[in-house]
Amino acid sequence: MINASLKELSAALAAKNISSVELTRIYLERIERLNGELNAFITVDPGKSLALAGQADARIARGEHAPLTGIPVAHKDIYCTKGWLTTCGSRMLANFESPYDAHVIGRFGAAGAVILGKTNMDEFAMGSSNETSFYGPVKNPWDRAFVPGGSSGGSACAVAARLAPAATATDTGGSIRQPAALTGITGLKPTYGVVSRYGMIAFASSLDQGGPMGKSAEDVAMLLDVMAGFDPRDSTSLEREGEDYTRDLDRPWEGASAGRPLQGLRIGVPKEHFGEGLSSDVGRAIEAALAQFEELGAKRVAISLPNSGLSVPAYYVIAPAEASSNLSRFDGVRYGYRAPEYRDLLDMYCKTRSQGFGAEVKRRILIGTYVLSHGYYDAYYLKAQRVRRLIAQDFVEAFKKCDVVMGPTSPTVAFRIGAKTSDPVQMYLSDIYTIPANLAGLPGMSVPCGFGENELPVGLHIVGNYFSEARMLAVAHHYQRATDWHRRAPAGVL
Amino acid sequence: MEWEVVIGLEIHAQLSTASKMFSGASTEFGAVPNAQACAVDIALPGVLPVANSGAVERALRFGLAVNGNNADNISRRSIFARKNYFYPDLPKGYQISQYELPIINGGTISIVLKDGQKTIHLTRAHLEEDAGKSLHEDFHGMSGIDLNRAGTPLLEIVSEPDMRSAEEAVAYAKAVHSLVRWIDICDGNMQEGSFRCDANVSVRRPGEPLGTRREIKNLNSFRFLQQAIDYEAKWQIETLQDGGTIHQATVLFDPDSGETRAMRSKEDAHDYRYFPDPDLLPLVVTEEWIERVKGGLLELPQAKRERYARDYGLSVYDAGLLTQSRETTVYFEDMVGQLGTEAAKVCANWVSGDLAAALNRDNLDIAQSPVPSAQLAGLVARIRDNTLSGKMAREVFDAMWRGEAASADELIEKKGLKQISDSGALEAIVDQVIAANPKSVEEYRAGKEKAFNALVGQAMKATRGKGNPAQINEILKKKLAG
Amino acid sequence: MPLDLEQVKRIAHLARIEISQAEAAQTQDQLNDIFGLIERMRAVDTEGIAPMSHAQDLMLRLREDAVTESDQHPLFQSVAPQVEGGLYLVPKVIE
Repeated sequence: MINASLKELSAALAAKNISSVELTRIYLERIERLNGELNAFITVDPGKSLALAGQADARIARGEHAPLTGIPVAHKDIYCTKGWLTTCGSRMLANFESPYDAHVIGRFGAAGAVILGKTNMDEFAMGSSNETSFYGPVKNPWDRAFVPGGSSGGSACAVAARLAPAATATDTGGSIRQPAALTGITGLKPTYGVVSRYGMIAFASSLDQGGPMGKSAEDVAMLLDVMAGFDPRDSTSLEREGEDYTRDLDRPWEGASAGRPLQGLRIGVPKEHFGEGLSSDVGRAIEAALAQFEELGAKRVAISLPNSGLSVPAYYVIAPAEASSNLSRFDGVRYGYRAPEYRDLLDMYCKTRSQGFGAEVKRRILIGTYVLSHGYYDAYYLKAQRVRRLIAQDFVEAFKKCDVVMGPTSPTVAFRIGAKTSDPVQMYLSDIYTIPANLAGLPGMSVPCGFGENELPVGLHIVGNYFSEARMLAVAHHYQRATDWHRRAPAGVL
Repeated sequence: MEWEVVIGLEIHAQLSTASKMFSGASTEFGAVPNAQACAVDIALPGVLPVANSGAVERALRFGLAVNGNNADNISRRSIFARKNYFYPDLPKGYQISQYELPIINGGTISIVLKDGQKTIHLTRAHLEEDAGKSLHEDFHGMSGIDLNRAGTPLLEIVSEPDMRSAEEAVAYAKAVHSLVRWIDICDGNMQEGSFRCDANVSVRRPGEPLGTRREIKNLNSFRFLQQAIDYEAKWQIETLQDGGTIHQATVLFDPDSGETRAMRSKEDAHDYRYFPDPDLLPLVVTEEWIERVKGGLLELPQAKRERYARDYGLSVYDAGLLTQSRETTVYFEDMVGQLGTEAAKVCANWVSGDLAAALNRDNLDIAQSPVPSAQLAGLVARIRDNTLSGKMAREVFDAMWRGEAASADELIEKKGLKQISDSGALEAIVDQVIAANPKSVEEYRAGKEKAFNALVGQAMKATRGKGNPAQINEILKKKLAG
Repeated sequence: MPLDLEQVKRIAHLARIEISQAEAAQTQDQLNDIFGLIERMRAVDTEGIAPMSHAQDLMLRLREDAVTESDQHPLFQSVAPQVEGGLYLVPKVIE
C-alpha cells in the first residue's frame, strides 16, 4: 500500500477496498514509528486527521468523491492551516495556530484530501539542507547522516520514506526540486502564478511558488490538478483556463509513435550546467538519463544559458531584499513570539526578532536590508533586477531551439549534516542550477534518475517554457514508464 | 531685512471607498477597535494585497480635476512600492505607497486671496494605505493599537513649495478640501482624520536658495495649520537671527501650547528602503478608463469661478467664496435660476454674507440650511422690487431662519414690514421734516453734511423705519436744493 | 565594497535585530563572504536592460470596491501576545 501510486490509492478508495480512515491510520502509524528519527513532521494531530478521513469516507459513500478524496497529504508548514500550528520552521511562529486556510489548503480540503500533518522545513524556507529549522534538521531517509535538502526537506523526506503518499512544498530558489533530487522523488515548481500564494508564508514574493511532491510524475500531475488555479486573493495569480495535467500524460510527443514516444522532442542541454562544480557521479547519472531520453526518441540540442552563472549572486540580492521586508511583520505585536523581557518598544522589537529568528534568517534579513538601503539600492537591488532580466532572456533564446532544458538538479548528491552549516556561500551554491527558473518564473521539475556517491539519489532537472507543465509532466512520465528509479525506496524505512 | 516664508503642503485625503485599499474590509469610521481589521489589514502571515479599483478611479478623478480635464498628468503605468519602517500601527512593517512612479504627476490648484488669485503647482499625487492608530491612554504603561484605519486608501497630494504665508497655505488647503469633496472622492471630515495636512516650512532671504525645511506633521484643522506655520516660521526666523541653524526635522504641533516640537520617534535617520512591491504588478490605466472618468466629471470650481465672473459680473473674490463647496454653488445657482442673471450679484451677497454667517454660527452645512434656496430667492425678490429695505430683509431672514414662516411674503404681511416707496407719501413726510427742523436745514445749506444725515434719520423715524431710504435721500436732496 | 562594523550595526538597527559586539564581528565576516559572491554580478554590463521586478510582464488586476470581510477580531486576537479591550498592547509608543 505505501508504495502505491495516487491513482491506485484513489481507485482502492473508490472501490472501498480500503477506507480513508484505514489509509490515514497506516501513515499515522508510520509517522509515529519513524518520525522520531527522521524529523520530517513538525505537527501531527491524529484526531484531526482521522476526523477528516471520516468525512472523506462519508463523501465516498455518497458517491461524491474526487480523485484525491480520502488521500492523506502532508503539507509543508509554510501553508497556513486553520486550527493547525503553522510554524514556518521558526521559533517566531512556534505558537501560531493559523486562523485561516491558505488557498492551497482550501483546494485540498475541497477535493476531500486528508491533512496528514505539517512538515518540517528550513526556517522561513531559507536553506538548502533543512538544518535551519527551529525544530532541528530532517534526516535523509536514504542515509540519516545526510541532509534531505531544503527548504522542503520535511515534505521530501515524508514522501521518500513513505510517511505520506504525497506532500505540498514551495520553491523560491529550488526548495522543491533540490530536496526532491536529494531524496529520490519527483517534485514540480510550476510557472510563477499558477499556484496561488495566498496563505503561503512569504519568503521572496516574486520568486515563491507552491508545488507538489510525489513519488512519480503521474502523482505530481494529480496533485497539481488540485493546487493550480486562479485565486482572486493573490494579485499575481494568473487568470487562465483550468488545465487537466493528467489527461495527456500517456500521449506520445506530437508525431511520435508509442514505441518511441518522445520522437521529435528537442532537449536543450546547457553547457553551463555541466562544467566546473558538477560532481562526476551526478554527471554520469544525468548523462545516462539523457541517453535514455534519446532511446525514447528525443534529440539533444546543445544550448547556452550564458548568464546562468550570475543567477546565484542576483538571487542572493533579490530574495533577501524581498525577505527583509516580508519578515518585518514578525514584530511581536499581533501574533507569534514576543520576547519575555524588554525595556521599551524598540527593545521589544529588537529582542523579539533577535530571539525569534534563527541565524540564517537574520543573516538574510541583514543582507536584504543592506541592499535596499540608501546609497546601495542601485548598485545591488536594481543591478540584480537587470541581471534577472538577462537570465530570463537566456531562456527565451534557448526555447527557440528546444522544447525542454535538462541538466542536473543539484551539483552533488546529498551532503552530510553539518558539512556546510558554517559556510553559507557553499550552501548557497547548491541551488546554482535551480535558481534560474525562479528568476525567470519558469516551471521546473526534478525527476529521480539514478544514484551517485554513497548510494544517494540523483535528480534530473527539467525546465520547460511558461505554462508547459502538462508537457513536462508527460516527458517525465514517459521516462518513468521506461525506468524504475522513481520506484526505488530507501530500505531502512520499509 | 525681510524674511520670506516658503511652504509646501502634503495633504492626505482619505478616499471615500466602501472597502480598503488592498482588502475587502469596511472603511466606515467608528467601529469598535479592530473590528474592521481583516486578515490582510493585520498582516497575518501569508496574506496578500489586492488593489481596489474604486480608489484608483478616485485618483483619476483628482488628476483630471487638477489638470483642466486633461489626462497628460496621469501615469498610464504606475508602481506600488513598499516603504519600510517599524511602528506598532504599521502591521506589515511597511506601508504600500507609490514612490518613483506615482499615478498623478503635476497639476495646479488656484487659490483666491483677498488681493487676487494665485496658482499653486502640484508635484504629484499618489495612492497609499493609511496606518492604524496608537492610543496613548494608559494601559498599565502600555499603548493600545487599533488597526481599523490600517489599509484605508489615501491620496497623498504633494504641492510645490509655492506658498509664502500661512494664509496662502490655508487658502490652498481649503481649495483642495473643497475640490476633493466637489469631485466626491473624500468626505473631508477633518475631525475624523479624513483630511490631514503636513506642512513643510522653511525661511530665507528673498532671492536666496531655499532654506532647510522642517515638516510639521498631522495638522487636522485649518486653524492649527495657520497657527503651526506662523509659530514655526517665527521660530525659524528667530533661530537664524540669533545665529543658529535650522536642522531638517519632523515636528509636531501642540495645539495647547501653540508650539511645535521635534518628534522623538523620528530621530532615527530615515531609510525607508523603498522598492517595488513584488506582490503587486504595475498599475495600468487604460485610455478607455480615463475617458469614462472624464465623462463623469462635473464642472469644476475653477471653471465655475470663471463662468460666474464672466456671466454674472461677480468679482473673482465673490466667485471664489461661492465655489468653496459644490453644495454652495448648487444653492446659488438655484436662486439665480429663479430670479435671473441680473439678480446674481444680490444672490451672491446673501449666500456669502448673511446665509454663510448664520450657517457658521449654528455650525450647519448649506445642505442643512433651515432657509432653502427657494425661500431666500423669495426674499431677494422683495429686496429687488423695493418692498424691503436691507434692514427689513435681515429681519425677515432671521424670522425665516427661526422657522416663523415659510415665505418672505407671508412674513412681510405678518409683520407689516412693507417698505414705503410711494413717492407722494414720502414727499409729504419730507416736507414735514424740513418744516420741523429749520436748524438742520440751515446747517446743511451752510455746508455741513452731517445735518443731512440727521434729516434722513428724522424722515425714517417718521415712516417708522419703513421708508425706502434711497428714495428719501433723493427727495430730500431735491427739496433742499430747490 | 566590504561592510565595516558600523554598517553592520546600522543595518541591524534598521532591521530591528539586536546584535552584540561579538555577533556583529562574526556577522560582518559572513556578510562580506556573501557580498564577495554577489560582487561578481556587479561587473556585468546591464546598460539598457530594464529591471525585472516580477516574474510576469503583466498588469495589475484590480478588485471591485466592495466590502467582503466581516469582523473576526476575537479569532485573530486569540493568537496575539497581549490584548486588552480589543486593542493590541505594546510598550508605550512615544511620538
